[in-house]
Amino acid sequence: MLTVKDAELSFGGIKALDQVSFEARSGEITAIIGPNGAGKTSLFNIISGFYRPQRGQILFDNTDITRMRADKRANLGIARTFQNLALFRGMTVLDNIKLGGHIRLRSGFWTSGWFYGSAQREELALRAQIERDVIDFLELDHIRNAPVAILPYGLQKRVELGRALAMQPNVLLLDEPVAGMNREETEDMARFILDIQERWGTTILLVEHDMGMVMDLANQVVVLNFGRQIASGSADSVQHNPAVIEAYLGTKATQEASLQAS
Amino acid sequence: MITGNYKTRYQDDESIWNNWAKRWGFALSIVFLVVFPFVADNYMLLLAGQIAIFIIAVAGLNVLVGYTGLMSLGHGAFFAIGAYTAVAIHHEWPGTFPLITLVVSILVAAAFGVLFGLPALRVKGLYLAVATLSANFIVLFFIREHWFEEWTGGVRGTETPNAVFFGVELVSQQAKYFMIAPIMVIMLLFAQNLFRTRFGRALIAIRDKDYSAEIMGISLYSYKLKSFAISAGYCGAAGCLWAYFFPAILPEDFGLNMSITLLVCLVAGGMGRTLGPIFGTMLILLVPEMLKVIVSMVTDGDAMAQRYFSPMRDIVFGLMIIGFLIFEPMGLVNIWDRFWRFLSRWPFAK
Repeated sequence: MLTVKDAELSFGGIKALDQVSFEARSGEITAIIGPNGAGKTSLFNIISGFYRPQRGQILFDNTDITRMRADKRANLGIARTFQNLALFRGMTVLDNIKLGGHIRLRSGFWTSGWFYGSAQREELALRAQIERDVIDFLELDHIRNAPVAILPYGLQKRVELGRALAMQPNVLLLDEPVAGMNREETEDMARFILDIQERWGTTILLVEHDMGMVMDLANQVVVLNFGRQIASGSADSVQHNPAVIEAYLGTKATQEASLQAS
Repeated sequence: MITGNYKTRYQDDESIWNNWAKRWGFALSIVFLVVFPFVADNYMLLLAGQIAIFIIAVAGLNVLVGYTGLMSLGHGAFFAIGAYTAVAIHHEWPGTFPLITLVVSILVAAAFGVLFGLPALRVKGLYLAVATLSANFIVLFFIREHWFEEWTGGVRGTETPNAVFFGVELVSQQAKYFMIAPIMVIMLLFAQNLFRTRFGRALIAIRDKDYSAEIMGISLYSYKLKSFAISAGYCGAAGCLWAYFFPAILPEDFGLNMSITLLVCLVAGGMGRTLGPIFGTMLILLVPEMLKVIVSMVTDGDAMAQRYFSPMRDIVFGLMIIGFLIFEPMGLVNIWDRFWRFLSRWPFAK
């Protein structure tokens, strides 16, 4: 579905990504993990089009989208959520989610301004579809008319997921969907992610620090460290990979040193 | 307590007037607009016409500044372009049907809007405000220039035509009011509709989080330019009506001073709301008139006293604006909202 081939991205002298290659298989959950600053969000940024990699390719269904503009990628069905919330804070929950339907609607400024015929039909169809597929699904019905700015953090995260879902995406990029959430909220979110995968067969890419959740959900795990891909494979194989253990826990020598120090 | 706001169809929930208060409010304001010219004297009609024209221009500025979040200090220039386009059209083809003039003025102003909006593709905020500032000077320079004097009247200004509808010339203040008020209502409704559908939502998205809007598939370039075009088009319409409303225009009527007045109206009323421009314009244009009345009452025609009291007017007006920015930075609509919130919960909570 989505393939990253030898992607390389650097800012000045710093290599944010170096030879990253993996394939997110259709309908599966691919988790991308790594310590802070490993390049996970940079990887998302080249997939969603904010940065262009200096070398390498990004393929969507075997078409090269490396140089495609960010807003054009939405038409392919690439949706994403952000690590720090990027909701439209001046709008209600409903309007935020409606924006996910932007690419599927056709009305321009003229028909919008008069709100007749096609524009009206389109808007009402969108509303009905959103109510069914997003608001009911994510259990947001009690807050649909609330301004997003007043909602608690966990709900805002869920609204952002809803906005991405309203795009009816083929590929969904989730950047730390449960960061800062308590256990209940995390479990809710994990359930939603699995439901999305099951109901629509969406290909999901997940960046997350909550290892329990990653190991439970992911069909495939890609591990980055200092921009370099150090491992990839099933959750199980990655967990026992010595390079991964080293990246997360340090080498044996440093472990012993810190033990002695304490 | 306002209750009974219960709906069974999405269509009802999505309508502009989704409760009785809004429906009645709209109906009453239409009745007011119709009855007003029959009870008002010429002076009040002059003010009303001026306010209505300004409301259109401020509503246009609201599209750009309030909804798209792009700053502009150049909208007086688009106002001027609308006015001078109307004059030029009548100079070339006297007796053009006024609505055609209106549409052409809108289109010309919108084209200039796109031109002066180009910096918005690169810069935001204060930098954009400075970039748009140039529009005032460039446009007024060409209006004053003697090459165009035949159409613009150059520095000395020019007389403006009256609108002629099917052989009936609109001369009286009242007749002109009946041309301007419906256009204002239609343009306000258009703006209101725009911001509850796809196009307007995209603009608000750009204001609130531009990179997030891009991910939703909104092309920032094209939407920012369209926003400039619409907002300049509204100012062009206002300019065209201005030319029809007043017997003559001068280049000094427009420019930076007007750009700032438009912005002040918008800020005082409340940005990003349909009612904002209406409230703000009424406040900013009516308060000086009221102060005039008060001053003349206090001084009672005494020339010496008037000399001291007249500057007070500007001081009071200035203090009022500062007070607004400090105590009600969200504008008059915020007071309005609070009032309705209070009413809808009364007597249970404040």
